[in-house]
Amino acid sequence: MNHPGGIETPLHNPTGIGAAMPRKEDMRFLMGRGNYVADIKRPDMTAGVFVRTPHAHARIVSIDKSAALAMPGVVDVLTGEDLKAAGVGGLPCAWPVVGKGGAATKEPAHPPIAQGKVRYVGDAVAFVIAETVAQARDAAEAVVVDYDVLPAVVGVLDAIKPGAPAVFDDIPDNVCVDWDLGDKHATDAAFKKAAHIARISLVNNRLVGNPMEPRAAIGEYDRSRGQHTLYTTSQFPHIVKLLMGNFVLNIPQHKLRVVSPDVGGGFGVKQFHYAEEAVVTFAAMRVGRPVKWVCDRSEGFVSDAHGRDHVTDAEMALDENGKFLGLRVSTIANMGGYLSTFGPNIPTNLYGPLLAGVYTTPAIYCEVKAVFTNTVPVDAYRGAGRPEATFVLERLVDVAASELGIDKVEIRRRNMIPPDAYPYQTPVMMEYDSGDPGGCLTKALVNADWDGFPARKAASAAKGKLRGIGLCTYIEACGLAPSRIAIRLGVRGGLFESAAVRVHPTGMITVLMGSHNHGQGHETTFAQIVSEKFGIPADNVEIVFGDTDKVQFGLGTYGSRSLAVGGSALVKASEKVIAKGKKIAAHMLEASDADIEFADGVFSVAGTDRQKSFAEVALSAYFPVDYPLEILEPGLEEQAFYDPVNFTFPCGAHIAEVEIDPDTGVVELLNYTAVDDIGTVINPMIVDGQIVGGIVQGLGQALYEDCVYDPESGQLLSGSFMDYCMPRADHVSKVSVETHSTKCTHNPLGSKGCGELGTIGSPATVINAVVDALSHLGVSHVDMPASPHRVWRIIAEAGGATKPASQSTAVP
Amino acid sequence: MLIRFVLNAKPVSIEVAPFDLLADVVREKFGLTGTHVGCDTSQCGACVVHIDGKSVKSCSTLAVTLDGASVTTIEGLAPPTGLHPMQQAFHEQHGLQCGFCTPGMVMSAVDFATTHPDPTAAQVCAGIEGNFCRCTGYQNIIKSVQAGARAMHAAKGA
Repeated sequence: MNHPGGIETPLHNPTGIGAAMPRKEDMRFLMGRGNYVADIKRPDMTAGVFVRTPHAHARIVSIDKSAALAMPGVVDVLTGEDLKAAGVGGLPCAWPVVGKGGAATKEPAHPPIAQGKVRYVGDAVAFVIAETVAQARDAAEAVVVDYDVLPAVVGVLDAIKPGAPAVFDDIPDNVCVDWDLGDKHATDAAFKKAAHIARISLVNNRLVGNPMEPRAAIGEYDRSRGQHTLYTTSQFPHIVKLLMGNFVLNIPQHKLRVVSPDVGGGFGVKQFHYAEEAVVTFAAMRVGRPVKWVCDRSEGFVSDAHGRDHVTDAEMALDENGKFLGLRVSTIANMGGYLSTFGPNIPTNLYGPLLAGVYTTPAIYCEVKAVFTNTVPVDAYRGAGRPEATFVLERLVDVAASELGIDKVEIRRRNMIPPDAYPYQTPVMMEYDSGDPGGCLTKALVNADWDGFPARKAASAAKGKLRGIGLCTYIEACGLAPSRIAIRLGVRGGLFESAAVRVHPTGMITVLMGSHNHGQGHETTFAQIVSEKFGIPADNVEIVFGDTDKVQFGLGTYGSRSLAVGGSALVKASEKVIAKGKKIAAHMLEASDADIEFADGVFSVAGTDRQKSFAEVALSAYFPVDYPLEILEPGLEEQAFYDPVNFTFPCGAHIAEVEIDPDTGVVELLNYTAVDDIGTVINPMIVDGQIVGGIVQGLGQALYEDCVYDPESGQLLSGSFMDYCMPRADHVSKVSVETHSTKCTHNPLGSKGCGELGTIGSPATVINAVVDALSHLGVSHVDMPASPHRVWRIIAEAGGATKPASQSTAVP
Repeated sequence: MLIRFVLNAKPVSIEVAPFDLLADVVREKFGLTGTHVGCDTSQCGACVVHIDGKSVKSCSTLAVTLDGASVTTIEGLAPPTGLHPMQQAFHEQHGLQCGFCTPGMVMSAVDFATTHPDPTAAQVCAGIEGNFCRCTGYQNIIKSVQAGARAMHAAKGA
C-alpha cells in the first residue's frame, strides 16, 4: 500500500508508528493455539442446549419438561417461568432514542427465555443442561411445548399496515419509535425551488453477520466466594458485566468477572448483551456446576442479531446546474422481535446524520420509523447505519446525474465540501473536523483508469458482456463516541475508553486495554504506539484485553473506535508514565523536572550529556533510593481515560468495475479501487487488511448475501451457508487500496479508523457499477443482492437477454 | 469401539461411539482445539485436517473410519521449533485476522500446495474454495498460499 502525503512519522523505529510489521498475535492462531470460548473446559462442566421455537409468533400454552428431566444425564431444564420466578430481569436496551415530539422509544420486556409468547423463529423457550452435549440435545427433543400459533409479520411494510399482527399486544401498530432529524421546513422550501427532483425507492437487504466463530458462553459459580464468571464471545466484556450484572441477574459488580478470550471475528454481531450469556450464568449458579453453551451455525442464523433491513424512499432537489438543494429521506427499519442492545440507535443516530455525505446539501430532512416484526432482533453489523445512508445517497446522486445528463464525477465535484471549508457543520448534527474526499476521488480515478473505461467496455461488448463502472464517495462517523454528544442522543453510559500502562522493573511494558481484539491486530498496533512513545521494541510490549478482572474498565470494540478512542487513551496513559519518568529521572540526575527531556527511550537533562535510559528509570521506580516520598511515589504504572471531543470522519472514494453475462445474469467484479482518508496509519499492512476485508464483506451484501424470511410463515429461508451465500475466494478480484490522509484534528494520534469503511463504501460502489452496465436498458436501480436471478430477470424484462452481443455493442 | 491411528506422528488408541465425528474427537478427547467448527453443513472448512496427507473436513468424518489412518491437525504441522513454510507465509503476507478459519485454511493450503508448486491466483482460489474467511477478503490468503507453496517446494528442493 502506498502512503503518500508525508504525514506518517519517518521510520526511525522499525516497530513504531507507520511500520508494516507482521502481527505479534499471529503465532498462536497459526499454530492452532488460540483460546476461543469453545476451547475452554472447566472442571465438572455441564453442557447446555437451547430449545428454540419453530414458530415465528405464538402463545406458549404450556411447557412440559418432565420427560426431558427423566432422560439420561440431564441435570436441569429451565424455562422462562423458572427465570421469572427467580427474579431474573429482561435484557436491557442500552441506546434508546428520542422520537418525534420527544416521544420515548418503546422498550418492551425482553426475557432471556421467552415468557408467554414467542416472537421469532429461534426465540428460546427452554434450556436443557446435561452431562454431555449429546444428552442435552436428546433431552431438548423431549421438551414438549404446546403453542397457540399466531399470524406472523416479517416485512417492515407489512408490519405497519393497519390490522397487521401485533408483535407486542400493547404496541398495536408495531412502531418502536418514529424519529426524525433535520429541518423539515427548510427542506420543503428547497424542494419548492428545485429545477429537478431525483427520486429513488430502495431496499437495504437484511444480512447475517456470520463471524466464522459461532457464539459461545460458559457460566461458572464459586459458591464459597459468591463469585460468578462468564466466558463469552464478546466484543465488550465490561459492558456485558454491567448490563447483565445490574439489569438482568442482579449480581454485584465486584462479584462478577467476564472474560472474552480470543474471539473469532465480531463485525458487530458480538457487541450485544445476549440472552444466552445471562442464561448460562444463571444456570451455573442454579446447578452449582459450570455450564457451557456453544452455538451451532444453524442456531446462529436464528439467534445472532441481524443487520440492515431498511425500506427507503428518498428524493433530492437540485438546481438547473446540478447543485444539491435539499434531501428528503423516509425509511422504515426493522427492529425484529425484541430490541437488541443498540437496536434503535442504528437506523437513527448512525444513519440520518450521514446522509449529508461529503456534500454541501444545505437542507436535509430524514424520518425513520423503527418497527417490530417477527424476526430475529436487528442491530449493528459492520458499518451499522452508515452503509445504509451511503447507499441511499450515492444511488440517488447517480440517478440525479443520469437524469440531468451530468457526468457522475462532475456532479460529485460540483457538490463536494471544499477542502478549505473544514471544520464543516452539516445540517444534520455532525461537524466534520477534516477530510479530503476530493483528493481521494482524484487518486481513485487515476488508479482505476477511469478514462480508459470506454475502451474496456467495448472490449467486453465484443465478448457479449455488459461492462459497468461505478463510483461512490462516502464519509462515516467513527471513533464512537464523544460521551457528551452520545448521552444527549440517548446512550445509557459513556463512550470513552481506558488504557493502563504497566512498566515492569526491567522496562518491559504490559498494557491493559478496554478495547477488545478479535482480528483487528490490536496486539500489534497498540504495541507499535507504545514502541513509538517509549522508544522500545514492540516485542517488549504485551497487550492484555478481554478480562474484567485484569482490565479495570473498558467500553470495547465497535464503531471503528479502538484506535481513535482506545489508542488515544493509550497515548494519554503513556504520557502520564513519561511525565512520572521525568520526575524519577530528575531525582536520579539531581536536576529539575522541568529540565528533563525524553526522546528515543532516553531521559536527559536538556543541553547536557547526562542521561538515564528508560529501563534505568523503570528499575529505579521499583528500587527507589532516597526518593523524596512526599512528592514522588515508587512504582511506574498509569491509567488514562480518553473521551473524544468529536466523532472521527474517515472518508474516501471507491470505484468498481463489473462485467455482466446477459445470458446468465452473473455479475463478476473485475477490479475494485479504494482511496481512503483515514488519518494517521499505524500499521499499513493491517490497515490494508482491514480495508480489503471490509470491501469484500460489502461486496457480499451487494452481490450475494440476502437474509430471507417467508412472508407467510415467518420461517427463515436462508438459514445455513448452503442458502446464505457469502463470498468465497473465487468471488473476489483485485482490490487496490491506497490511503490519502488528512489528520484527525482532535485526537493525539490523528487517526480516524478504518474497520468499517469497506462495508460502507462497497455496496453503493458495486451497485452503481451494476446499474451502469444495465443503463442502456433504461435501468436506474437494482436492489441488493444483484444476484444472477435478479439481474437476469431485469435484463430479460428489458428485452436485453436474447442477443447480448448486438445489444451491447450498440451502447456507446 | 476401540480405534487405533496415528495422530500428529504419535500412535494413539481411543474408544469412540459410532456417531463421534473426527472434529469432536480431536477437540474433546485429545484437547487439540486448533481444529475449529464453524458450521454444521460442511461448508466453512475451519475443521480441515489431513488424513494420510489429504485435506478432509473433520466435521464430516466419522471417527470410526480412522482405524489405521494417519491424522495431522494444525498442531502437528509445524516442526518442534519454528513454523511450517505455509504458516510462515500466512504470517508474512498477513493472511489471517481473527484466526478462526486459519487452521483449516492452512491445512487446505498445504495439501493444495503439495501438487501446485507455483500456483496462479485462480488456481489458489479453486484450491481453497471449500474454506470460508469472513475477515480478510481472501486477497492476502491468496498471496500467502502462493508464497507458502513456493517456499514448501524450495525447502524440498534445497
